[in-house]
Amino acid sequence: MRLTCPLCGERDRREFYYYGAEDYLRRPGEGAPLADWDDYLHLRDNPAGVTKDLWYHEAGCAQWLLVTRNTVTHEISGVELVAGRKE
Amino acid sequence: MRYSGLKVITEGLFGNKGWKPAWRDPAPKAEYDAVIIGGGGHGLSTAYYLAKNHGITNVAVLEKGYLGGGNVGRNTTIVRANYFLPGNSEFYSHSLKLWEGLEADLNYNVMHSQRGLINLFHSDGQRDAFARRGNAMINQGDDAILLDREGVREHLPYLDFEQTRFPIYGGLLHPRGGSARHDAVAWGYARGADRRGVDLIQNCEVTGIDIENGVVKGVQTTRGAIRAKKVGIVVAGRSSQVAAMAGMRLPIESHVLQAFVTEGLKPVIDHVVSFGMGHFYISQSDKGGLVFGGDLDFYASYAARGNLPMVEHVMEAGMTLMPMIGRAKVLRSWGGIMDMSPDGSPVIDKTHVEGLFLDCGWNYGGFKAVPASGWCMAHLMATGESHEVARKFRLDRFATGHLLDEEGTGSQHNLH
Ligand SMILES: Cc1cc2nc3c(=O)[nH]c(=O)nc-3n(C[C@H](O)[C@H](O)[C@H](O)COP(=O)(O)OP(=O)(O)OC[C@H]3O[C@@H](n4cnc5c(N)ncnc54)[C@H](O)[C@@H]3O)c2cc1C
Ligand SMILES: [Zn+2]
Repeated sequence: MRLTCPLCGERDRREFYYYGAEDYLRRPGEGAPLADWDDYLHLRDNPAGVTKDLWYHEAGCAQWLLVTRNTVTHEISGVELVAGRKE
Repeated sequence: MRYSGLKVITEGLFGNKGWKPAWRDPAPKAEYDAVIIGGGGHGLSTAYYLAKNHGITNVAVLEKGYLGGGNVGRNTTIVRANYFLPGNSEFYSHSLKLWEGLEADLNYNVMHSQRGLINLFHSDGQRDAFARRGNAMINQGDDAILLDREGVREHLPYLDFEQTRFPIYGGLLHPRGGSARHDAVAWGYARGADRRGVDLIQNCEVTGIDIENGVVKGVQTTRGAIRAKKVGIVVAGRSSQVAAMAGMRLPIESHVLQAFVTEGLKPVIDHVVSFGMGHFYISQSDKGGLVFGGDLDFYASYAARGNLPMVEHVMEAGMTLMPMIGRAKVLRSWGGIMDMSPDGSPVIDKTHVEGLFLDCGWNYGGFKAVPASGWCMAHLMATGESHEVARKFRLDRFATGHLLDEEGTGSQHNLH
């Protein structure tokens, strides 16, 4: 598998560290109820199909990436910088 | 039909014409007392113990493919009771005891072989951790022996002891650990359940769960609707999809784990051996193939095949540990879909829906758990109470902070 980093171009999977589902981008605020933390840390949609997840370009530009890909076919349809995302 | 040595001889003498199919192929009935979704190891053992231990025989196992076509027939078959944390320790200890009586109980040869498991360590820190684990195993009533380097050499003379990168300091030997024939475990439980009246229904995918006023009423399937008073979800890597049918979002992420087997060789590896510096474990099957594997591919996946970086990693780890296997030809590799939980431990629990139960989160250690998981899931479904050895496998433990993080690696699904 290869990911096309927006800064570095197409790179081998070995250069990246997988963190988990995009849920990690929705960190609860201070004082949020415990259920929100459970949601954020543990509960996942875990789709068989298209998903978005977070990868870190560890051996490259050291940017966090939001990758859109298919968990059944391993096809990758988009890679964007987490830092450049519009909320 | 009971299997016996005498039966094999008489059948051999008379042309093997008297053998019957090991289980029936019934059409689904309109209603059951209990329906188990998933005909893998855990689903089949749950049905077996519902019938055997609790006298509940009006049961169906619904399997979308064929029995044993999932992970139960894809794993590397390590059976062990070397867990450390209270909660896990008593559960796997119970499971190993069930394994030890399984063939007599099922009247089926599952080729359970207690050839001994050796986990190698490569530093003083790892030695301390393994000594501590070994003491926990002994306290649980199981067996563990701490071997120094020479002790390991007596058992495994073929390892590369002299290498400078990861010198072998010793190993933790678990003599009762070993392996079993995976397919036979599924078949043995299937036959045992069928003989007690359980309907095993294949090519029957569950597509919906019927719930009225918070109470489960049955399931929708590709072979029609089936009513049931109790429903158990036991679908391993597909847990999130099936639980979503009941409106649940689970603490599970599905990952692919690969395994490899070589051409058949003469007996050379007598134990199950694991490397402590990089994830690698190996044993030799009774057919002679070296069966080995390593880590997850590390990203969420439902493809029952893996990627090359992990193939490379596993081969490198194997070569570092035992260079003698370098000339063996790998015949096959494959992947299975693991239901990874955030703490690496499973769930056997009720759900928010009355009559709906959940057994999932087995990560890559669920084969050895097949007997005890079925035992405890059956207990829960029959009595409504958790079995005492599975009482910590709660679904709400993530929300309440009562994690069972055996490896101490933190709340991330791919780190266990
Ligand atoms: C490569 C590999 C190596 C492993 N090595 C080991 C090991 O050495 N030791 C160990 O203890 N464990 C090991 N495991 C883990 C172990 O195999 C699993 O944890 C265990 O088999 C999972 O439980 P199961 O047998 O019930 O799963 P499965 O056999 O996967 O059963 C689940 C069943 O549910 C069915 N299903 C899914 N959705 C539906 C639906 N909607 N309707 C009807 N049916 C459905 C599936 O078709 C499947 O047959 C390994 C796994 C893999 C892949
Ligand atoms: Zn980059």
